Amino acid sequence: MDSQGDKTIAARGRHWRILAVAAGALVLGGCSGVQSALDPAGFEAREVATLFWVMAIGAGVVWAIVMAIAVYATRIRPDPHEEKVGLRLILWGGVGFPTVVLAGLLVYGLGMMWTLREPGEGLRIDISGEQFWWRVTYRPQDGAAVASANEVRLPVGERVEFALTAPDVIHAFWIPSLGGKVDMIPGRENRLVLQAEKPGVYRGVCAEFCGASHALMAFDVVAMEKDAFEAWLKDQARPAAQASEQARGAELFLNNGCGACHAVSGTEAKGVVGPDLTRFGERPTVGAGLMPNTPDNVARFIRETDTLKPRAKMPAYGALKPDELQAIAGYLGSLK
Amino acid sequence: MTDAALASPQDDPELRKAQEARLEKVWETPKGFRYWSAVNNSEVGIWYTATALAFFLFAGVLGLLIRAQLAVPDNDFLSATFYNQVFTLHGTAMMFLFAIPIFEAVAILILPEMLGARDLPFPRLSAFGYWSFLLGGVFVCGSIFFNAAPDSGWFMYPPLSTDHKQTGIGADVWLLGLSFIEVASIAAAVELIVGTLKCRPPGMRINLMPLYAWYVLVVAGMILFAFPPLIAGDILFEMERMFGWPFFDPSKGGDPLLWQHLFWIFGHPEVYIIFLPAIALLAMIVPTFAQRPILGYSWIVLAAIGTGFLSFGLWVHHMFTTGLPSISLAFFSAASEAVAIPTGVQIFVFLATLLAGRVIYSVPMLYAVGALAIFVFGGLTGVMVALAPFDWQAHDSHFVVAHLHYTLIGGMFFPLIAGIYYYYPFVMDRRLSDRLGKIGFWLLFVGFNVTFLPMHITGLRGMPRRVFTYAEGLGFETLNLVSTVGAFVFAAGVLVVAWDILRPKSKEPYAPRNVWNAGTLEWLSENPGRDWGVRTVPIISTRYPIWQQPNFVRDYDEGRFYLPDAEEGKRETLITSVLDARPIQCLRVPSNTFITMGAAFLTGGAFIAATFYAWTLTIGFSIAALIAIVIWLWTGTAIIPEKKEKDVGLGLKLPLYVSGPDSVGWWAMFITMIGDMSAFASLIFGYFFYWTIHASAFPPAAGVGPGQFWPAVAMALVLASWGAMLLARRANAADSPGALRFWLAGSVVLAIGGGAALLWGPHATGLDPTSHVYPATVWIIAIWTAVHLGVGVIMTLYCLARSVGRKLTAEHDIDIHNVVLFWHFALITMAVTVAVLALFPLAVR
Repeated sequence: MDSQGDKTIAARGRHWRILAVAAGALVLGGCSGVQSALDPAGFEAREVATLFWVMAIGAGVVWAIVMAIAVYATRIRPDPHEEKVGLRLILWGGVGFPTVVLAGLLVYGLGMMWTLREPGEGLRIDISGEQFWWRVTYRPQDGAAVASANEVRLPVGERVEFALTAPDVIHAFWIPSLGGKVDMIPGRENRLVLQAEKPGVYRGVCAEFCGASHALMAFDVVAMEKDAFEAWLKDQARPAAQASEQARGAELFLNNGCGACHAVSGTEAKGVVGPDLTRFGERPTVGAGLMPNTPDNVARFIRETDTLKPRAKMPAYGALKPDELQAIAGYLGSLK
Repeated sequence: MTDAALASPQDDPELRKAQEARLEKVWETPKGFRYWSAVNNSEVGIWYTATALAFFLFAGVLGLLIRAQLAVPDNDFLSATFYNQVFTLHGTAMMFLFAIPIFEAVAILILPEMLGARDLPFPRLSAFGYWSFLLGGVFVCGSIFFNAAPDSGWFMYPPLSTDHKQTGIGADVWLLGLSFIEVASIAAAVELIVGTLKCRPPGMRINLMPLYAWYVLVVAGMILFAFPPLIAGDILFEMERMFGWPFFDPSKGGDPLLWQHLFWIFGHPEVYIIFLPAIALLAMIVPTFAQRPILGYSWIVLAAIGTGFLSFGLWVHHMFTTGLPSISLAFFSAASEAVAIPTGVQIFVFLATLLAGRVIYSVPMLYAVGALAIFVFGGLTGVMVALAPFDWQAHDSHFVVAHLHYTLIGGMFFPLIAGIYYYYPFVMDRRLSDRLGKIGFWLLFVGFNVTFLPMHITGLRGMPRRVFTYAEGLGFETLNLVSTVGAFVFAAGVLVVAWDILRPKSKEPYAPRNVWNAGTLEWLSENPGRDWGVRTVPIISTRYPIWQQPNFVRDYDEGRFYLPDAEEGKRETLITSVLDARPIQCLRVPSNTFITMGAAFLTGGAFIAATFYAWTLTIGFSIAALIAIVIWLWTGTAIIPEKKEKDVGLGLKLPLYVSGPDSVGWWAMFITMIGDMSAFASLIFGYFFYWTIHASAFPPAAGVGPGQFWPAVAMALVLASWGAMLLARRANAADSPGALRFWLAGSVVLAIGGGAALLWGPHATGLDPTSHVYPATVWIIAIWTAVHLGVGVIMTLYCLARSVGRKLTAEHDIDIHNVVLFWHFALITMAVTVAVLALFPLAVR
């Protein structure tokens, strides 16, 4: 009897251990990723991740206490306690304790808000959220504005100010690894200041539902050392490279009217409706974070835009022949 | 009580039998197709509950579709556009067709007997609300089978949802279908408030009310202030969609954020409108299974009221990422944290009651403890997201999806199932199965946590909400798969419980009377239940009369209290005073009819036709609905009784006809108009919102606007019209029908002139509502007020007709009192309108 009981308890203990390990793996595994608020790479994200862990542990303790009282009262079924005890529990458990804890939490949590919202230090990046991509304009304090799309580069250690707008519907700009999100609302301009702390590649997404392809509206974030970033930004002023072997692709690009919506600096393509493609070859992804930027994926995107990205404004160029698509993709890939 | 009863006629068993037979006959549920003409709370309550649960199952299937789509990355099970319809309808149906209506359904079902009343004061209004709900709900849900469901989220943010190119008829289905249901919800709220205030048994002073009744009062009051802002928002929204009035279009001075404010001024209290009624069920269950009165009655009542108040000051926490200034974020963060305190008090009242009692463990208690475990967790994550800096990360991520499901499923669904297991024997005469209840519980509890616990992490790992798919390699795969498995386990639990509710039980024995040994009035009911609701309206001196009043059940069964009989063959219940429950009237309650169903379907027809922009049909349906409602009122309200007074038992004589503030109709009008005023206040809020965001351009420079002349004329005419109504009331009191009709007719003419002058102002000054938000706002406020004057005119004409038909006399004057009350509110509306449209521009220039 006893030994069997011990065995069941032991078995149960083993189950619990496996469960605990699995749960732990699930939680801690969550701390690595290019889009994770739990794997902070920016000042705000780090502060808020700490805040989260503090609150999560506190919440766990409070939950355990409340449940212990509930289980004690309903399952262990002690003799009735005096009413005085119950009333004291209401007073201290329902009013006293939460008041003190919440006051402390407000001081800690709201206290960080003013620091996080201090203005930026120099570089401003205008981001316009559009169905379903991101128009990016760098506005360095000294030097001309640089147009880009679907990729945000920023220097490590600097408080960069983002000016966020939207021409069509509401979007939200969110880079979980660096900090919280801010909505982009037609008719308004919102500000957000982010400071990357670690060089690396991260991922941002649209967080406000914005239509059919809301789920497919992401962007790449590259945090670079300050010097590398400055050099990169300077280099952006130069027109896109025009390799002679891509002449056919360039011609197809223009002849099919791509330039009506897209711009490639130094060419006749001067469209402003869609993403600027001047440095397209440098970008990690095609279709606003949709797929890795490979020639095959680019060709596919041009051919099947409507199925890959429902309700995107760009029409699908399914009528183009495979070799034409490859040529255009090759040309776009060469734009660096 | 017992001493007096010794010499009572109720000592005669033959007499009692005859009384019971008469009561049976009067309250009998109609048979055959006439069953659907029933208006009694027992029938309407059951239909209402069953329909709301059916919509829950429907919305639950949509939830499963969501989880199936998200089970694996880059899934193509559902298309993006269909997925967007599915998640929009999942949220919409769960909120508007399940969570809110189920409160009204359950309250209609159990409140009257809890108050020892035979029915609520306006049974036909309940029936009207039910049929409206059914039609509107089927219309909204059915749209998905035509690929025409709303697809821009249950929050419907413009400009996405105002754009015809991006959203089809689905947006109109949402706006009009739900507006229709909201009107029905407000009707039910009015019914429940008046029921709680006026239909309590003698002696049940407000501090002796069952806790459930307190919660009904609080929640119905919240509906009155929370729903109208959404209806006002819906009106602005449809004006933009249908006619291009640019309320939310920034290129013409509008602002998408106004919708967000109006939506969340509704949307946040709505969370507590869902949560509090479920807590109310626990407040009945916990004392029963602790076998003692609730400990801390005043604590929990004050906490419920406090939660209700605070819930109106939190809406901005849904807008923490819209770029508001830090100082308002801090304020709303603090207010959001503060609501944890009254919520905590309610939970600790339950814990304290359990500690001070001898707990009997049971299936309802199992669900109650499960609810506590889940809800407290959701409350704690609520404390987290209430802090603005944390919310910036969590907002619109799957963390919030997890949080809201913890609060709603823990705070509403589990208590509801506890309530179903608890009240099933009361409603359906038999018990549900303990075994199935337990199996269902564990499937639900485990399934729920497996679904939603990992979602906190999914969200913080960066997965946004409302995405129809996600890419591989971002760390979302395992978590999402686990969530999907959990969702199907949860669904299995729902099936088990649904089967337990639906399985045939006719061969099982009836549950014993008062099966849980509870202390409150509804458990006086017998199994099988009797159609009369209560045998006699008891006298109450304690909070738990079955436990605390000697010989209570015997006296009740022998009809030794009020109204033990139905001598005249009429449905009757007792009306008492608001605070101390003194008997003041024996109310004749209207009986079965199809007119309410007809009125509901015709009203629904008008809303549905408008969805298709079929204006002729809309107008046709509106007129038909108006005619149906007038017939309903004419034949079913303010009926002149055959005698003045009636002996209601125990030597008490009560009037059968009461008017003015003593009557239920006056209260219903008053409460309805409070709701009406909150919709109007929302429109005025809109005006000043635009003023704050536009500084100098709103209102524009002198010369643009309705001017002062025509508004002043309108004000003078409406004031005179109101004065004429007061004179009409005086003439009626003096029993002078000629003067009464003269003043009524005069009031009509003046009011029509006033309305015309009010609309003439913006017309004469050439305000084009499609050009800019200022003219649009002026027009919408003027039209709102003019429509109220129009309704006032119809009511006044109704009084005129009643006077001619000898149904409105000096002695029988319900109609004129209620209509004058309406005119008081119309006058306030008018005065505010003129002050805002004509005087405010002078003040700021």
